[in-house]
Parts: sequence; structure tokens; C-alpha cells
Amino acid sequence: MRTRRLTVLTALGLSGALALTACASGGDDGGSDTATADAGGGVVTVHNGEPQNPLIPTMTNEVYGGMVVQNLFAGLVYYDAEGAVHNEVAESIESDDNLTWTITIADGWTFSDGTDVTAESFAKAWDYGAALDNKQSLSYFFEPIAGFSYDEDVSLIEAGGLVVEDDSTLVVTLSQPESDFPIRLGYAAFFPLPEAFFEDPEAFGEAPVGNGPYMLDSWEHDSSITLLPNPEYTGERTPQNAGLELIAYTDEDSAYNDLLGGQLDIIKNVPSSAFATFEDELEGRSANQPAAVIQVLTVPQWLPEFQGEAGQLRRQAVSHAINRAEVTETIFSGSRTPATDFTSPVIDGWTEDIPGNDVLDYDAELAVDLWAQAEALAPVGDYTLQIASNADSDHQTWVDAVCNNIRTVLEIGCEFYPYPTFDEYLDARDAGAVPGLFRGGWQADYPAMSNFLGPLYGTGAGSNDGQWSNAAFDAKLAEANGADSPEDAVALYLEAEAILFEELPGIPLWYNNATGGWADTVEDVEFGWDSDPILYQVTKSE
Amino acid sequence: MRWYIGRRVLQVIPVFLGATLLLYALVFLRPGDPVLALGGERGLPEAVQEQIRAEFHLDEPFLVQYLLYLKGIVTLDLGVTFTGREVTEVIAQALPVTFQLALMALLIEAVLGVGFGLLAGMRKGGLFDSSVLVLSLLVIAVPTFVVGFVLQIVVGVQLGWLPITAGRDPDVVSLLMPATVLAATSFAYVLRLTRTSVQESLSADFVRTARAKGLSRAQVTGRHVLRNSLIPVVTFLGADLGALMGGAIVTEGIFNIHGVGGTLFDAITRGENVTVVSLTTVLVLVYIVANLAVDLLYAALDPRIRYA
Repeated sequence: MRTRRLTVLTALGLSGALALTACASGGDDGGSDTATADAGGGVVTVHNGEPQNPLIPTMTNEVYGGMVVQNLFAGLVYYDAEGAVHNEVAESIESDDNLTWTITIADGWTFSDGTDVTAESFAKAWDYGAALDNKQSLSYFFEPIAGFSYDEDVSLIEAGGLVVEDDSTLVVTLSQPESDFPIRLGYAAFFPLPEAFFEDPEAFGEAPVGNGPYMLDSWEHDSSITLLPNPEYTGERTPQNAGLELIAYTDEDSAYNDLLGGQLDIIKNVPSSAFATFEDELEGRSANQPAAVIQVLTVPQWLPEFQGEAGQLRRQAVSHAINRAEVTETIFSGSRTPATDFTSPVIDGWTEDIPGNDVLDYDAELAVDLWAQAEALAPVGDYTLQIASNADSDHQTWVDAVCNNIRTVLEIGCEFYPYPTFDEYLDARDAGAVPGLFRGGWQADYPAMSNFLGPLYGTGAGSNDGQWSNAAFDAKLAEANGADSPEDAVALYLEAEAILFEELPGIPLWYNNATGGWADTVEDVEFGWDSDPILYQVTKSE
Repeated sequence: MRWYIGRRVLQVIPVFLGATLLLYALVFLRPGDPVLALGGERGLPEAVQEQIRAEFHLDEPFLVQYLLYLKGIVTLDLGVTFTGREVTEVIAQALPVTFQLALMALLIEAVLGVGFGLLAGMRKGGLFDSSVLVLSLLVIAVPTFVVGFVLQIVVGVQLGWLPITAGRDPDVVSLLMPATVLAATSFAYVLRLTRTSVQESLSADFVRTARAKGLSRAQVTGRHVLRNSLIPVVTFLGADLGALMGGAIVTEGIFNIHGVGGTLFDAITRGENVTVVSLTTVLVLVYIVANLAVDLLYAALDPRIRYA
């Protein structure tokens, strides 16, 4: 009997211990909701995720951290909803030769800890971002600045690429003329940093101090980030609400259900399961407009059947075989727009009239004809086209749809070639080992044509994954970069695109739309060129 | 008795070492290079990649990495994730929520399953018995995520009885729906197990003796029938705790609970050895403790079992 009682007690004790650990620690997951409660009903709740990096602008290469950083800092310029560039911290950005830029900083700007925003705040921040030893993910944005190196740790200030003449004048010297340099300066990589950062970068990454419309109130990991209006902000983008609460969701479907049930104010990406119904369900409180994101089928240079004259014909055949309108309507319920060029409708200078872009029209007969011509020149016979992508993201549906188009029209085989994880896909792609076409795409960092063309199709450029190289295109790009005015540059970029349409290093498919929705608790919600909602102007009644 | 418990506790050490070695080897064999994915679509500059590999010892041979990891466990410094957070902090945040969720689910399925099973077993062949059998079959057949989404939309969005997601403030009320969803399939199993076990016990000698001695129906059912029928059920519940802790990923995703499932899945996709192995080892330990408790409970339930 004694042993039995001891046994029972032990068993119960163990179970009790397990239960207690759960309940005890489960309790303190409450987070600090007191901040939101005190700020009143005017705090807007927005769907986001957990930032994957410390909140340092030059480390923020993903959308969740990006959403926070964009609201915490103000750069030299900012972009409005249409992607037009406006001065913010900069008073003027001037150059005679597109090579040496003189930036004048406006007066009166301070960080939320009271310190001044000076030319040095920018110079030291960019210097830090570019230096090799600091391992910043966005260091490649500083590549155009003279003195930048991928191989050794240099200081741009010491190398002379960045010169601080006085508290409000910064002189930037590039290694080659870039006519759109001022347009880039609104991107997160170019944000200023206060002295507090350089004293302790690690602590700063947890609790950043910026000069933007909002300041950080609290960051509960894997739960939510609260931002309150920054009283030190002196720009035009004054917050119209009492703050932002960015809630970390693991799944867009649960965020959408929260929106429907009144637990969330703004969702910035409608889940694919709701594409067909969200516009009706939200009764007009939704956005579905083209954004600066394009999806392209990259044709790699290491596929022999797509090289030479026959290869040219095959690329055109594949492009004509894809019914973009049908795929975007059926698979995406209208949340994608068929592409008519290599950039995006929200970019300045975009036009539907580029010579050669009729290769993107659906024409089954022409496709068959072109493929037959290619077969006559260099036959491949019984061919199976493979379209590769990583399988841990949602791409199989549209690849299958595109493959169905190609299979039916060209009467060749076509299949989805999956890589189990994203890094395996990157590995194969970088090693030139992908056995077919692969998914390529681009999300613009700043609203300019050069951002869609240079990094993807320039010889040896960072994101030129198909390893395409064309001297005429490079020359045209260089000419556009050195153009006198943005209008001249745009005309030259369009000519560069005409070259792309002749060669088809990639087959443009569609532009991703910005899809988002909001509840009836908030108003004045507008989605910008970068698919993000413009949060400072959102109003919420108490 | 004390010897028995002591022996079982000592057995934890070789199990722990074996599990960590096996897990570490498995994650090590993962193809691909996690550092490549860190830079997103654009990738990180080559030099930065090299630095990250050096920092996380990713270019060292397997044994070196494993021994460094063991050293980390002993000093309780498991290192940092790729995003810069302490692994111990990540685990400390993910574990309690899932634990609470799993225990709530366990409670629901135990109470409801045993209760209904007992009644069904006592009234064998009756209307209650047949309908309960059909119900449990339906519940087993419907996938968890279907139950989850339907409950979320009907109970949460349309009726508004319970919170739709549990992300921000996972207290008992907001975890009620996810716990029910998790408990659903297991509840059906517990119900059927109890029912069969009770039916068997009803025809056992000791029940006849108890009835013959003139004990009341409640005493016979509660003290003699039920306790002896619980052995298979308790076994199942012990195993289920481990399964619930590790396998709740779909339910956690639906209800936005930042627990072990989601954290583990993200870590596996990213190729983060440390997080995967540490978190899974903790789950192994939980499993061991639960099984020990279950084994001890046998002796309490059935006097014929002894640990001399």
C-alpha cells in the first residue's frame, strides 16, 4: 500500500509539474498591451510578420523589417503613392555631370532622441553599410559610389567617395555617371543613423532610434511591434493616427479572418485563397492595383536548345504560347496584370508601345509556326520543357497553368521542376545547373526603370541569373545612365527594352498587383507603388 | 519503487545524447546551403556569406560542429539564430504556448473521450453507442485543418463567440478553439479505446464479485470498471502529448499561435541546425517525462501491476 501511494503521488506530481510549467509561463505571454490601451482607439493594427534581421536599415532586406524601418526613418527623399520623388530631409540634390552630386541637408531635422540629423549622419551610415567587415545585406546599394569594394574593407569617407563639407553639405562622387541617383536615395539603405547607433549597434538593432514619422515604442518578438508618432519629426508626412501596432502573423489566411471578424484594421497582402472573393467581401474597402513587381520566365544561357537563331525562334514561340490573360484571370482571379514590358506600370515613363512587345501577345498559330521553323534549323524532336522554381513557396499552380498552355499549343512536354527548399534552388541557379527555364522576377527597390533593367540584364550584374550578356544593351544602359535629364534617360531605357524584346533573355509574364484590404474602423487607406499601405495618413476613429 | 524511478531518470542521459547526435546528423545531411537563402532573392555579397559561415562554424566538419553544440548545451549557451536572436530565448518563448495548448487539448480529449466512451461502453448496442461510433468516425475522417478553418470562420468570424486568433495574448479563452481542434481526432480515438476497454472489463471476474458483494452501481462503475479500463487510454494519452506538442503546426498556423510547430518548421526550412536540434531534443525530453508519468500511473490504476 505504501508503494502504491508513493507511486500515485509521484505520478501526479510529475503531471502536476508539467501542467504548472505550462500555466506559469503561458501567463507572461501577454505582452505590453498597455501602450495600445492608453493611446486610445486611434492606434491602427496592421498585419505584418516578425522581422528576420535586427532593425538596422542596411540589414533590412525583407518585407517585415522593411515595414518597420520605412516608418521609423526619413531619408533624403521620399516616394508618394504614385512613385513620384519628393525631397524630405534633403533641400536639394544637384549635379552637373551626373558623377559628382552635392546634397544639401535641410535645417531643423532631429532624431527621436534629440540629436541633430547632419550630413555626417548620412555619410557615416552609408560608410557603415558599405564596409565589408560590417556584413550588411544591402551593401550592394553603395556599389556606384567611388571607392566601394567587394573584396576589401574600405571606408568610403576615407576613399573620397563621400565628403562631408559641413553640417549640411554632403558631396557624393560616383564611379560612373548615374542619372537616376537622386531617385534611389529614398530607399532604406540610404537612411541616416544617429550617434547612438555607432556606440552600440547591437542594442540599436533591438531598439532603433530614427527621424521618421514614427518612433518605436515596444517590440514583442513573434507578437507585435508598436510604433507611436514621433514628436521630433518635421517633415510633410505627419501621422494622422495615434500610432501603429504591427502584428506578427504566420499565415495570411488567419490575418484575413481576423480582418473579417473585426480584430485587424489593415491587411497588406490578401491570401491567395481569398483572391476571388475579397473585393466583394470587403465591400470596396480593398485595393487591387498594379505594383512595381514583375514575374518573368528567365531563359538561361546554358540551355543549348535556346541559343542561336533556332533558340531565338523557340523563345518567341514559348512567349506566344502563354495566354497571360487567361492565367491571370483563372489562377489569380485578376490579382495579376498581364505584362507588356520588362518594368512596371507604376514607373515613370512606362508605356505599352515598345517596339517588339507584340511577342508577348497570345498567338497559338504563330507559336506553332515559330517552333516548326526552329525545328527545321536545329531539331530537338520529342522535347520536354522544364520550368524550375523552389517548392516551398506557392508557385506550382501558375507554373502548371503556364505549362498547360505550352503543352496544348506547341504539343511538346512541359513540367514543373521543383527544388525542395529556396536555398537549393538558389544554389542550382547560381551554379548554372538548372535544367530548364526558371522563375525570375523583380521587386523594385526604387521607382525607376534602371532598377528593372540594370541589375537583371546588365552583363555580370548581381541578379542576372540567366547569365545573359549583350554589349549593345550594356552600351545603351550606360548611355541612359549618363543622360542629361530624366526624360532623356527614359527614352534611352525604352530603346534598351526594345533590345530586350529582340533577344528575350527572359519572357515577361505579368505584374503582381498590390492586393490589400481594410476594415470599416479605418479610413484614408491608400496602397502605394511598392504594394505597401501608406500608413501615416490612415485615420481611425476612437 | 524509488529504484525504478531512479533507473528511469538515469536512462534519460543516453537517450538525450543519442537523440541529439541523430538529429544533428540528420539536419547536417540537409542538401543546400542555408547561408544562400539569407539574402532573399538578391543574395548576400560573397564576402558577407563567408563571414557568416565562419561565424556559425558552417564550414567545419560534422564532429567539430556537434562537439561545439554539446559544449553549448552544457554551458546553456546555445548560440544565436541567423536573425541574431538567442536560441534559448526563441525556445523559451515558443515552448510554453504550445505546452499550454497541448495540455488543454489533452484535458479536453481525456475528459470528453473517457466520459462518452464510458457511457457508450455501458450501454452497448444502444442508440447512444451507435451514434457516438458514427460521430467518432466522422471526426477521424475530417482533416484537422478543415475543422480548424470551419470552426474559425463559424465560431470566430460569424458568431463571434471566441477570439479568432490567439497571437497577441494566448490566454485560456483564446486557446480554447485551437485546443478543441487539436483534440478532435484524438478524442475520437480515446472514445473508442475507452468504449472497448469498458466493454471488456464489464465481463471480468472482479466486476461480478463487486456486484455480488452488493456495491452500488456508481461504486462498481467508478472504482472498479473505469479504473481498470483506463490502462490503454492512459498509454495513448501519454503518447499523444508528444504528438500534440510537435505536430500542432497546422493548427498553430491557422490560429496564429507562435509556438513550437511554426518555429520548428521555419528553422528546418532555413536550415538552422541549432534551433531544430535544441527544440526537438526538448520535445524528446517532454516525451520521456510523459511516458514515465504514464508508467507510474499504471501502478496506481491497476493494483495487479507493481514495480517492486
